[in-house]
Amino acid sequence: MTLMDTKLSAQHINMAFSRDGKITPVLNDINLEVAQGEFLCIVGPSGCGKSTLLSAMAGFLSPTSGEISIDGQVVTEPDPRRIFVFQERGVFPWLTVEGNIGFGLFKLPRAERQRRIAYYIKMVGLSGFEKAYPAELSGGMKQRLEVARALAVNPDLLFLDEPFGALDSITRLTMRSELLRIWEAEKNTVVFVTHDIDEAVQLADRVAVMSDRPAKIQQIVTVDIAHPRDISSARYLELRNGIFKQLGLAHQI
Amino acid sequence: MNSLAQPHKWEKFLWPLLALAVFLALWHYSVVWTATKVFPAPLAVLKGIAELSRKGLLWAYIGDSLRRVALGFGAAAAVGIPLGLTLGWYPAINQVVNPVMQMLRPISPLAWIPVAIVLFGVGETTAVFLIFLSALFPIVVACISGVAGVPAIFRRAGRNFGLAPGQLLAKVVFPAALPQIIIGLRIALGIAWLVVVAAEMIAVDSGLGYLVIDARNSGKRYDLVVAAMLLIGVIGLALDLCFRRLRDIRSVRWGFRDES
Repeated sequence: MTLMDTKLSAQHINMAFSRDGKITPVLNDINLEVAQGEFLCIVGPSGCGKSTLLSAMAGFLSPTSGEISIDGQVVTEPDPRRIFVFQERGVFPWLTVEGNIGFGLFKLPRAERQRRIAYYIKMVGLSGFEKAYPAELSGGMKQRLEVARALAVNPDLLFLDEPFGALDSITRLTMRSELLRIWEAEKNTVVFVTHDIDEAVQLADRVAVMSDRPAKIQQIVTVDIAHPRDISSARYLELRNGIFKQLGLAHQI
Repeated sequence: MNSLAQPHKWEKFLWPLLALAVFLALWHYSVVWTATKVFPAPLAVLKGIAELSRKGLLWAYIGDSLRRVALGFGAAAAVGIPLGLTLGWYPAINQVVNPVMQMLRPISPLAWIPVAIVLFGVGETTAVFLIFLSALFPIVVACISGVAGVPAIFRRAGRNFGLAPGQLLAKVVFPAALPQIIIGLRIALGIAWLVVVAAEMIAVDSGLGYLVIDARNSGKRYDLVVAAMLLIGVIGLALDLCFRRLRDIRSVRWGFRDES
């Protein structure tokens, strides 16, 4: 990776929270670079601070010390050029599918707004549900809606915080290939937090493995398998098992 | 029964109507059997309503009561919603104002009657003011808790898409709190309808509350007293049913999923 194509860089990030007068360190000297157009997954045990790191990258939290910069500029607040996608709970229940996708487009002229709404409804496969409210959608559809709402503002960076965590395993699998398809079409940079190691190895160009709290980055694994990935190939299993071992997890049940 | 089986439509109306008929029959025969001279039978009440209608008082009084409620409740909503949203939005201000409000809230609007009369004299304004006061607190409290209850995830999403604070309030916080606000408005309207009766008994000489007290004072016309009571009940129910319909608006229906 050359310096030129670095999209996001986190330098010496420390983060601590104080609760009941006690200071709990959460992140411990995190250093990470994400390249332009890269799909980076962050995995780690639950509660280790992955989401905290992601929130800091998106500008919702400021680190106790250290600096996060995007395109060479220090991140101080959230920005529509980089959208944070929550689990499907983030869609607005008072807006229709159209209304949700158009939510971030209020500055655009009407015609352009309509064009983008139509385009992204089609891209995420919600055609026919334009006027539906989230309560009428399944979990997977809501998740796609939230991704569409994010994509509609053409962000160059997407932060996804365990986006498929609440979905059933079959929907989760479809959503992964949907996300890859969209990512390949849109060429955004994606930072994807998950506790699911398989998910990380299936999706990512590189996987950053975090330790327990206070979290450090233990290792960055480059997934050198082309898409579409054969998840029974020897290389896939080798990478996957390597990460399991790194996290100190036995891979036998 | 299979999953598509539904109770017949007429069943929904039959049983409540039957209960109503039983109630009227009980009432009628209680009056007959006890041979009371004071309490009117249902038919006498009906005749009383007809008499009011002939004199042109029926619709005039209903109109007066509804107008006062509309003014007082409308003013309470116009003041209470922005106030409640502001207090919910700025918890620091809320902390300052909250103790005073919590102290004023349990005071019955009826206790305000002397104060209201000193301020506005005996008349229309006093009645409207009492209704305003009684409706204000439930609306403000509902707005505060509605705003406070907006999930952080929605606010974050709004900020992420570049909304300025004012836009965030209008496009995210208000719609997210709207179901709560509607509940508060409905409670407030119910209270306003209770208070209008009391206010009209002391402050004005028209309206259904006035009818109750006037019918008793001028000739012990208990048929008219009960007629006024029934009208108050029926109109109160109708107001509440109208308000319930607001829940069917599609952009707020999500907030009422747990209720039937």
